[in-house]
Amino acid sequence: MLLIECPFCGPRAEVEFRCSGEGHIARPETPENISDEAWADYVYMRTNPKGLHFERWMHQHGCRRWFCVARDTVTHKIRAIYKLGEAKPALDEPKTEGEGA
Amino acid sequence: MPRPRYSIFSLARNALAYHQNWTEAWRSPAPKPHYKVIIVGAGGHGLSTAYYLAKEHGITDVAVLDKGWLGGGNVARNTTIVRSDYLFGESIALYDKSLSMWHDLSRELNFNTMFSPRGIVKLIHNRDGQREAERRFNALRLAGVDSEMLTPLQVKRLAPMVDISPGAAHPVLGATLQRRGGIARHDAVAWGYARAADALGVDMIQHCEVTGFRIEGGRVKGVETVQGFIGADAVALVPAGHVGVLAAKAGFRLPIESVTMQAMVSEPVKPCLDTVVMSPIPFSLSQSDKGEFVFGMSTEPYNSYSQRGTLPHIEEISANAVSVLPGLSRLRMLRKWGGVLDVSRDVSPIMGRTPVEGMYVNCGWGTGGFKSIPGSGWAFSHMIAQDRPHDLMLPFGLDRFAAGALIDEHAASGSFEAFK
Amino acid sequence: MQRNRLSEGGRIDRSRPLKFTFNGRPYEGFAGDTLASALLANDVRVVGRSFKYHRPRGIVAAGVEEPNALVQLGEGGFEEANARATQIELYDGLDADSVNCWPSPDLDFGAIVGRFSRLLPAGFYYKTFMWPPKLWMTYEHFIRRAAGLGKAPKAPDADAYDKRWAHCDVLVAGGGPAGLSAALAAGRAGARVILADEQAELGGALLNGHEEIDDRPGLDWVADTLDELRAMPEVRLLPRGTVASYYDHNFLAVYERLTDHLGPQADAGPGNPRGRLWKVRAKQVVLATGAHERPLVFADNDRPGIMLAGAVCAYLNRYGARPGQAGVVFTNNDSAYRTALDMAAAGIAVPAIVDLRPDPGGDAVQEVRERGIEILANHAVVSVAGAKGLRGIEVAPIDPSGKGLAGDPRRIACDHLAVSGGWNPAVHLFSQSRGKLDFDTDLNCFVPGQSFQAECSAGACNGTFGLAGCLAEGHAAGVSAAEATGLTGKPGKAASAADRPEGSIRHMPTVPGKHPVGRGKAKHFVDVQNDVTAADIALAVREGYRSVEHAKRYTTLGMGPDQGKIGGMTGFAALADSLGATMPEVGTTTFRPPYTPVPFGAIAGRDVGALADPARTTPMHGWHVSAGAVFDSAGQWLLPDHYPREGEDRRVAVRRECLAVRGGVGIRDGSTLGKIDIQGPDAVRMLDWVYTNAWGSLGVGRCRYGVMLGEDGMVMDDGVTARLGEDHYLMHTTTGNAAGAFWWMEEWLQNEWLDYKVWLTSVTEKWAVVNIAGPRARDLLAELTRDIDLSNDAFPHMSVRSGRVAEIPARVFRVSFTGELSYEINVAAGFGLALWNAVMLAGQRFGITPFGTEAVHVLRAEKGYLAAGQEIDGTVTPLDLGLDWAISKKKADFLGKRSLTRSAMVREDRKQLVGLLTKEPGIVLPEGAQIVGELRAAPPIPTIGHVTSSYYSPILGRSIALALVEGGRARIGETVSLPLRDRTVEAELTKPLFYDPEGERLHA
Repeated sequence: MLLIECPFCGPRAEVEFRCSGEGHIARPETPENISDEAWADYVYMRTNPKGLHFERWMHQHGCRRWFCVARDTVTHKIRAIYKLGEAKPALDEPKTEGEGA
Repeated sequence: MPRPRYSIFSLARNALAYHQNWTEAWRSPAPKPHYKVIIVGAGGHGLSTAYYLAKEHGITDVAVLDKGWLGGGNVARNTTIVRSDYLFGESIALYDKSLSMWHDLSRELNFNTMFSPRGIVKLIHNRDGQREAERRFNALRLAGVDSEMLTPLQVKRLAPMVDISPGAAHPVLGATLQRRGGIARHDAVAWGYARAADALGVDMIQHCEVTGFRIEGGRVKGVETVQGFIGADAVALVPAGHVGVLAAKAGFRLPIESVTMQAMVSEPVKPCLDTVVMSPIPFSLSQSDKGEFVFGMSTEPYNSYSQRGTLPHIEEISANAVSVLPGLSRLRMLRKWGGVLDVSRDVSPIMGRTPVEGMYVNCGWGTGGFKSIPGSGWAFSHMIAQDRPHDLMLPFGLDRFAAGALIDEHAASGSFEAFK
Repeated sequence: MQRNRLSEGGRIDRSRPLKFTFNGRPYEGFAGDTLASALLANDVRVVGRSFKYHRPRGIVAAGVEEPNALVQLGEGGFEEANARATQIELYDGLDADSVNCWPSPDLDFGAIVGRFSRLLPAGFYYKTFMWPPKLWMTYEHFIRRAAGLGKAPKAPDADAYDKRWAHCDVLVAGGGPAGLSAALAAGRAGARVILADEQAELGGALLNGHEEIDDRPGLDWVADTLDELRAMPEVRLLPRGTVASYYDHNFLAVYERLTDHLGPQADAGPGNPRGRLWKVRAKQVVLATGAHERPLVFADNDRPGIMLAGAVCAYLNRYGARPGQAGVVFTNNDSAYRTALDMAAAGIAVPAIVDLRPDPGGDAVQEVRERGIEILANHAVVSVAGAKGLRGIEVAPIDPSGKGLAGDPRRIACDHLAVSGGWNPAVHLFSQSRGKLDFDTDLNCFVPGQSFQAECSAGACNGTFGLAGCLAEGHAAGVSAAEATGLTGKPGKAASAADRPEGSIRHMPTVPGKHPVGRGKAKHFVDVQNDVTAADIALAVREGYRSVEHAKRYTTLGMGPDQGKIGGMTGFAALADSLGATMPEVGTTTFRPPYTPVPFGAIAGRDVGALADPARTTPMHGWHVSAGAVFDSAGQWLLPDHYPREGEDRRVAVRRECLAVRGGVGIRDGSTLGKIDIQGPDAVRMLDWVYTNAWGSLGVGRCRYGVMLGEDGMVMDDGVTARLGEDHYLMHTTTGNAAGAFWWMEEWLQNEWLDYKVWLTSVTEKWAVVNIAGPRARDLLAELTRDIDLSNDAFPHMSVRSGRVAEIPARVFRVSFTGELSYEINVAAGFGLALWNAVMLAGQRFGITPFGTEAVHVLRAEKGYLAAGQEIDGTVTPLDLGLDWAISKKKADFLGKRSLTRSAMVREDRKQLVGLLTKEPGIVLPEGAQIVGELRAAPPIPTIGHVTSSYYSPILGRSIALALVEGGRARIGETVSLPLRDRTVEAELTKPLFYDPEGERLHA
């Protein structure tokens, strides 16, 4: 079970949080001018990486604020936590380790 | 090489020779430089696709590649439930084709898959559930697929461990029953298809991870692997939880997220649950032929490529199951594990073409992968052989997302959570 | 009489005899015994039958790895299946029976299976039982009955379970010399330490021997160490606490057994829980989990009397019980020589030590030589006699190749055989922590390699088997763990013990015998628990099941209740042997949690029964209860479904309630409706995004209906939002979606609209809502308020006013979900019941009638109003629901707008909301009934829609229904069929509005 460092409350157990999926997905500026395919890309398509994943979490049973988490989807190591509006940190792609043992 | 048939007679004959004369169930060939069809992923769906390509379409110049051992993905770690009691016509047609094939699978493959049509009991706990059950039951009935409505007393007769008292934490108002549904021996399905496909000339190549694709002019020419380049006229991606990784290598994205789903078993006890019990609260439960209670659950709430899970989910599922079947409380969890599921955005499979010509994809089965192995491979082999989707898979194409023609079983099935 | 009890020694209390029953026969043991040690002391040799072949089996081990002595324990609400006799602390009155045998382990009819064992190699079931296909269920019936071990308890669990969170600097798993050293060092350094050990008594392997530490008895050191640890306020000792699972981010689950050792508790329940699941977050973890002894694989190595050498030491030294009168030791390493010495010291005749090694030569070997025990070096046990209890063995010299015999067998009489094939570090938790295993070729075992988490292995689990090394490593681990958490206290120095050099080990996956493996009658078990033999492994390889996972699954190796603690590595070694591969090439299967089985009840904890799904109730709940309401749940809320009067069934009560609302005035508890307070200058901007219609024009004091879509264009929720002030709105959501709608808006505000000045507050539970509805509602309200002008002009439909109602400050919304003149009076939750009572009192002369959710549903369906979960099911667009009027044509964008123009969204044959009137007005269709356009005689019959809501309408004197039907709006007027289970009903498609189509009553 993950230990997540809420930028507002400090480290708390995973059960206090809720993940709301991939972050940094930009909503199209003018949806009416784009194709169905481009709109579907925004609504449905996901990067779903094996490794480093930038995502949004919310401290549901705490401050109820959203923030950004860079997490490894294989090892569940948390690489970075930052507030909304802050730039996506530059992180190396991890070697896949610790899985399959 | 001719394969000896399995039967009680061959077993007896071999017993006399101390079982020294059995031959291998499948070969371990080196890859050829080129195949007509390469299937990536030697799981249930990949192996069945290969088998039906050879059997139904006469295409035997086929290789099934896997990064690990064959049958090592989700087919090796699921809760083995087989059923077709879905809500929408598209789903019912596809899953029921598969369910029908399960009933004849052991004979077809000459490998006992131990398919046990012991019935699927889906509990109803509240009025929303009742409405959903009635709708599903009627849809199935009118589609000509078996389904029954049960009273609480009928539930008790089929599954005496279920607490049907009105004061129960999750009162049982009734259930639907699909008698033709059941469970099977999961590994046997993979091994049976592998052995049967091998006998028809298909090459199973294990430990052959695909590292990239050769795509020229928008058309796939072959795959790069840890064992070198292998050419192919057609490439079919059937790697379940890892489909996103392969799609990225081929240059496109999918409406798929990979998540962990856990399962667990109890210590083995003598038979006391003769059907499969499913509940929307949620949990699913069956007792394997070995005597272990097999618990199924919902997926973990974030993206994961990890074949292990967390404790909170285990706590929740245990509480749910113990609340409905109090006799489980003093049994013990023996083992738990996880699998990586490819869950599509409408929780229905995606089968068909990809943006790359000659490359097909079959994924997004989420929690429904095991039961669909025969039907999925059967329909998908048709697509690969004829470059034209089989009618059964027509509604499940990738193009449905742009059109908005989703098949949202989840939404409509009472587990509708508006704000997910 | 305890025939095999030593007269002295051990940690049992001979002054406290305990009576117990095994397989119906009475026995006596002592406090401090386990069931296994007591059975051994009583010379009970056959304790169970094996899983597949029903072979008689005796006790093999002394700990959690015991594969044979599984029992059915206790009865009623305390019954337990597959309890391990080696882990059951004896209590007075204990009653246990062997599992998987009938009528008894001595005479088991199931053993007939053994006669056919040649026909039953690994995976035999994959090759047969296929013909005729229909008979599989019959075959399966018998297969299932043969499988399984104990019986699942039938009675509900009499016990309750507890859970607790804990946080610590250092969690130490294992209380042997390494674990105690680690805990002591870390504790002295000032760390918050939790030390958990599966045993009742701490001390680990020291309890099983008589080794010295710091030049005095090891157990004295244990006692002093425990005293010192207990005196530290930040140290917690958890004996009987098994570290079961190691999760990510150093989170571990420890299951502590609280009452099992006491037997059934008279006051069992929440006040006296049976066990406690500790959820521990540790900054550092020290794994000191010890090692499990490997058996040797030889002919019929499963006979009762064949035990692990270390277990023999445990029974002699800890429990004062001996396995028999004459015992031989069979080993490939030095450790079992200690067993021989202990056996001799206990008065057991030791005719020989059989050693696979040509030249044994460590310290212990020397001691044994000095003692005059014969050492048969380079010898193997080649056969054993005594199916129900060892009577003797045959030994023979091994040829130079190691594959065959070099001489004739010689017989040695003995009644037990202590076996050691070396030791496997208990790397289970390390492996669960994602650590990588390395293979140590000298020790011939897997040891922890690179760590993945903040964790460190010490002692035997790290491949350090000597006591001196365990103490040193444990101390060092404790020191570094404390340092890693930033603690600087003095850890003291490590305890010391004599360093005793050991000879090497001779690895031999299967011991050579008279016949090649799989050829003779004898079986060579690699996994006693699941009856897997070396021949099975060889067969798996022959048939192509070569990956360790294939071989495991094909043979079921290591998949039994002990999860391969004894058999796993032994099987992998046999696999490597068959493949001609090395152990690292073969690898291991994944070590899965838990380390030992944990009751589901303990994992569930208190979240069962009444606490499984806590109910939410409104401030007026007590009133509803005393009024005799029948309740229904909406989400977690409990709400009155209807209020039956004397002699009324649901139908009659609902009819009365509906007519009362249509004809007079009704009162309803509307408190559960979701309420979100929205404030700030950008409130309208936000509403314009989340709702399909435009909000700029809404005046203060007015209300508007809104529809909320997901980005996929599907309706998620609907409700009425009121403008309370300049920048102040109150949004109503459906009861079930309150939390979700709040989440949805917050997510957009916090993630995308960071510059918006809007603040949301969930106020659902802050307000109690009394809804009065019906033509007399205004008259009633007029009795209760003086400061609100209730006239239609001053207070029209879809508006809100503040004032005092029954002298209570209130917000009154004139909104309606029933189609009648209706007011929703909101007061602070604490005033809810007072208001309800005041309204009831004032309403008496209007014949006020409480109505429940079922009547609401009837009334709203008469008006064609939508219900979440029925019409709104996540697959409908606002256009499907006929809500075009609620979609702004002017707004450039709103959430979900773009999705509405996709090709599948604008198809004419989408399912659309319509009304449905049965030809026979008395028939109420079941909700969920499927609708058919063209009826056919037999399935498959294509359906065109389904019934979403269906009720009997008392005011109309007939049934009504709402439905979603393909292209439904264009089909209005057509007749459709609904093939129900027992008959087919015909119905006409209509507009989804059955009562007061002009809305006159609403605006009255």
